[in-house]
Amino acid sequence: MTALDAAAGRNDPDRLIHEQVSSHRQHTLGHAERGLASKRVVTAFGFWIFLVSDIIMFSAFFATYAVLVGNTAGGPSGRELFNLPNVALETAFLLVSSFTCGVASIGARAHSGSWFYGAMAATFILGAGFLSIELREFASMVARGAGPTRSAFLSAFFTLVGCHGLHITAGLLWLLTMMAQVFAKGYRPDILRRMLCFSLFWHALDIIWVAIFTVVYLMGVAQ
Amino acid sequence: MWGKLSWDAIPFDQPIPLVASGVVGGVIMGVLAFVTLKGWMPYLWREWITSVDHKRIGVMYVLLAMVMLLRGFIDAIMMRSQQALAFQSPGYLPPEHYDQIFSAHGTLMIFFVAMPFVIGLMNFVVPLQLGVRDVAFPTLNSVGFWLTATGALLVNVSLVVGEFARTGWLPYPPLSELIYSPGVGVDYYLWSIEISGVGTLVAAINLVTTVLKLHAPGMTYTRMPMFCWTTLATSLLIVAAFPILTATLAMLVLDRYLGFHFFTNDGGGNQMMFVNLIWAFGHPEVYILVLPAFGIFSEVVSTFSGKPLFGYRSMVAATMAICILSYTVWLHHFFTMGAGADVNAIFGIASMIIAVPTGVKVFNWLFTMYGGRVVYSTPILWSIGFMVTFVIGGMTGVLLAVPPADFVLHESLFQVAHFHNVIIGGVIFGVFAGYTYWFPKAFGFRLHEGLGKAAFWCWITGFYVAFMPLYVVGLMGMTRRMQHYDVAAWHPWLLIAAGGAAIILIGIGLQIAQLAVSIRRREQLRDETGDPWNGRSLEWATPSPPPAFNFAVPPNVQAAEAYWGMKQHVLKQARLDEEPAYADIEMPRNSPTGFVCAFFASFMGFALIWHIWWMVGLAALGAYATFVVFAWRDTDEYSIPAETVARIDRANRSARNAAIASHEAAP
Amino acid sequence: MAPIVLTGCQPAVLDPQGPVGLAQKMILIDSLAIMLAIVIPTIAATFAVAWWFRASNERARYLPDWAYSGRIELITWSIPLLTIMLLGGVAWIGSHDLDPAKPLPSNTPPLEVQVVSLDWKWLFIYPGQRVASVNQLVVPAGMPIHFSLTSASVMNVFFVPQLGSMIYTMNGMRTQLYLQADAPGTFRGLSAHFSGDGFPDMHFDVLALPAERFAAWIEATHNTGPTLDSGSYADLAMQSINTHPFTFRAADPELFQQIVTQKLPPGPGPRTERSHQSVSPRTED
Repeated sequence: MTALDAAAGRNDPDRLIHEQVSSHRQHTLGHAERGLASKRVVTAFGFWIFLVSDIIMFSAFFATYAVLVGNTAGGPSGRELFNLPNVALETAFLLVSSFTCGVASIGARAHSGSWFYGAMAATFILGAGFLSIELREFASMVARGAGPTRSAFLSAFFTLVGCHGLHITAGLLWLLTMMAQVFAKGYRPDILRRMLCFSLFWHALDIIWVAIFTVVYLMGVAQ
Repeated sequence: MWGKLSWDAIPFDQPIPLVASGVVGGVIMGVLAFVTLKGWMPYLWREWITSVDHKRIGVMYVLLAMVMLLRGFIDAIMMRSQQALAFQSPGYLPPEHYDQIFSAHGTLMIFFVAMPFVIGLMNFVVPLQLGVRDVAFPTLNSVGFWLTATGALLVNVSLVVGEFARTGWLPYPPLSELIYSPGVGVDYYLWSIEISGVGTLVAAINLVTTVLKLHAPGMTYTRMPMFCWTTLATSLLIVAAFPILTATLAMLVLDRYLGFHFFTNDGGGNQMMFVNLIWAFGHPEVYILVLPAFGIFSEVVSTFSGKPLFGYRSMVAATMAICILSYTVWLHHFFTMGAGADVNAIFGIASMIIAVPTGVKVFNWLFTMYGGRVVYSTPILWSIGFMVTFVIGGMTGVLLAVPPADFVLHESLFQVAHFHNVIIGGVIFGVFAGYTYWFPKAFGFRLHEGLGKAAFWCWITGFYVAFMPLYVVGLMGMTRRMQHYDVAAWHPWLLIAAGGAAIILIGIGLQIAQLAVSIRRREQLRDETGDPWNGRSLEWATPSPPPAFNFAVPPNVQAAEAYWGMKQHVLKQARLDEEPAYADIEMPRNSPTGFVCAFFASFMGFALIWHIWWMVGLAALGAYATFVVFAWRDTDEYSIPAETVARIDRANRSARNAAIASHEAAP
Repeated sequence: MAPIVLTGCQPAVLDPQGPVGLAQKMILIDSLAIMLAIVIPTIAATFAVAWWFRASNERARYLPDWAYSGRIELITWSIPLLTIMLLGGVAWIGSHDLDPAKPLPSNTPPLEVQVVSLDWKWLFIYPGQRVASVNQLVVPAGMPIHFSLTSASVMNVFFVPQLGSMIYTMNGMRTQLYLQADAPGTFRGLSAHFSGDGFPDMHFDVLALPAERFAAWIEATHNTGPTLDSGSYADLAMQSINTHPFTFRAADPELFQQIVTQKLPPGPGPRTERSHQSVSPRTED
């Protein structure tokens, strides 16, 4: 170590004193040495950041729900409205659909048409099943006069659960688009990246559902 | 068929907005006609509108910001002149108009001036500083810009068709609920911010991924320039704060459109919930605005002092501390809502704690200049002006953070003076420094220095003349947003404040003149080598303007201040290193996706505001179709042949070699 | 609109006329002094350093590689930290001492006044005396006043700058505030939260009277003016601008509670029968 290096180490922890030694490669972090990370890593990372933002949006709805849960304005409360067997069925559908989505991802990476299309179709059916139960629940609540305009509690309930349902709907649209893309263009790298993002999305929605059925339904009925 | 829309929506009975719309409409038509007749449309479409190049998108963001600055500033002049005149008089702006003006002023300045300006600068500079070719998601970048432009468009359309919100820049319920604001104004605000909010979020996702995942070889996180760190912190703040805004405004939309009861007086709604949520967004928002400015100052002060930034790791720690702490202070915006002594005190103390890392940054800039050779360029003038002005503004902020002090100053002109003090002194001075500093990189020639300095002096003088009286009048009990008043003691101060606004107007005029003169004299102001300021970071290693691919070969980074180290090495051996081995470069294709998507978003927003439901459906379908079409393309890249890369790089190398030679001849 | 250019009516935060405002003025000045002790040297140092180390100054030392000093870092972190610890103490103590809901020390029990903000005027109800007043607040000097506040419609803020703290008024909720005027005088009161087209005219005079004159005012008020009940309240809640001060000779003491609990519905907004009112409403219509 030269005297300069020694001096540098003492007063220059950021190593700003420049000794450009062109042939010597300093030890660096893995990808920093190579430079750019791969497209698959970059795409997935960006999508994770998007998921973080989406989860924070849901947190705002959760917080609002928690504050407004008691504001029933003389109308019905969760205990009177929630049907736990329905919720159990919805949960089962979504959990199994996460499994089938995982199978579809594996099928895509293995370039296996039967596994991919089959599992994606199963995921779609389960997701659509979830949505139909949820829509029926909403419709019956509205018919009983317990729609979102009845009270702040119901506004918060319909918005939180409905927002998740809207995400599921968008996910189903995306699912069909993915199937169409693979059918039209095969298992191209960019399409596989999109499939990765789709499966991250679908799994994240499952996790949010777990939070919903805990905070909204289980805690609502236990009051 | 047309929802609420009818000919009544155009303000035929109000001369001021009618004339203003006419003038603006005329100017826009004129510009479009001129551009079309000159045959520039194909070029604009190919090179700018459909561009996914971060440099082009950055320039467009800044251009949008500057145009909106003019509009927002005109609002400010109208407010100051109204208040100067409206002592025991109705002034010239009736309440319903004045209320729209102050709401538009705040909305435009924060969402469509400050945000696009900082996002534009971050977009332009960060990939260059990291030594990479573009941001992580170039097409998404274009989508983000055009959606922001859609938001700005909608706010401005409200001038001509309908009205804008009359609720301030954050639409507190119950005033913003349908019963008390049945007009379309609040809806214009809501859809404009919801749509542009998506654009902002997308820009932030892009920048977070770029800073964390795309680096030149050898550039570890602790070798990144400070501006990249502040970009990271800002973008993380956007990712965490904007979704709260989206959710909260969505709830207000549901209240207004579908009769929900989130914030209504009846049905169990809770208006305090809105206040909490909106400020949980709102406080991080002001740090989103100011952190990039801090990053700019770090770059400018170190470059123009000829020294590295003092205390780099401290600065990084302080930046990330501000990032996290900004989420812990939101209640200081409503101490007077009655949360109780414990809660108020805790949030007051938290608000003071966040002043600590900010103070550390100011001292570090000071010590960067200490022992340096400070060149009094325009950017450094903005920086020194910032250091003095921002410190005063921060001081009044800490004063307001003491809850009992806030109990007599909340919503007063003292508070207004405080936040303009930090936003103008911090954000605006910062973006003007950055604009001047990076302009030659973007366009290949510097801005005229004399006019730049004159503009700076007008701005800083005008700022003090306009806002120091507002501190005084706030201490005299004047509350904000008053269309008229009858307290004689306030009048002279408001006259002085109006004078200050006029001085700033001169400053803006000088900036416009500076741009015109610089373009005309661009040959004399030409940046030959790409390094006009003796810079320290990698953007100065490229030609000015940089080619589409930024760097012919990825730079090999071996220390912090990568370019400075390379330069010292080159100067020591009195010539550039060997020519690198050139290869073909793959670059992302341009795409109309962003523009087309925003086109549909504009119609969707307009249709939602006016309750034209069939148009909403069609536009939504169009936006979805745009994405499907985009997803269906087969080639997303094009190749730049090695020969072209070599030709561009050799031209810059010869310019730099010539500069080294003349440096040797006359050191 | 009566021009209010009375000399005693300068609404100055720095010219408090009551114990709350006085304490707040002290806190403001103390905090400012603490901050200035840091800010003034910092600004001076900025100018000094920027000037001394200008490029043309041959005598200044150039330290091109000096970018770190542990000792300086310690100081730059400590100075703001210590300042904030001091100010934090001021904030903690001040927040508790001056909590709006904290009663003021006094030998006499406070006078109860109920405040309702409407579009765009103020209603003051004296439940103990069973009178009410619009856009004028008359109080006895030298004794604390306990305000209970709510809003008929949108958010407002009740603020008398020369007496001290302000507090939000919100429909469906009740906030509280204690204030006191030490000596007789006339002060300006206003709304400090924008609430719509009629907001600038939502100011009111605060008359602090000696005890006997206050009693006389109550007496006189009993003899003239309309009565305040749910019917006249509903009329008052209609939107109007620039209401001249007047009094009610009898006020229902249960009215305030009915407003807070929303038994009396919130005030209406602008009328929207005309088409343009759902596009761009005007209050005059």
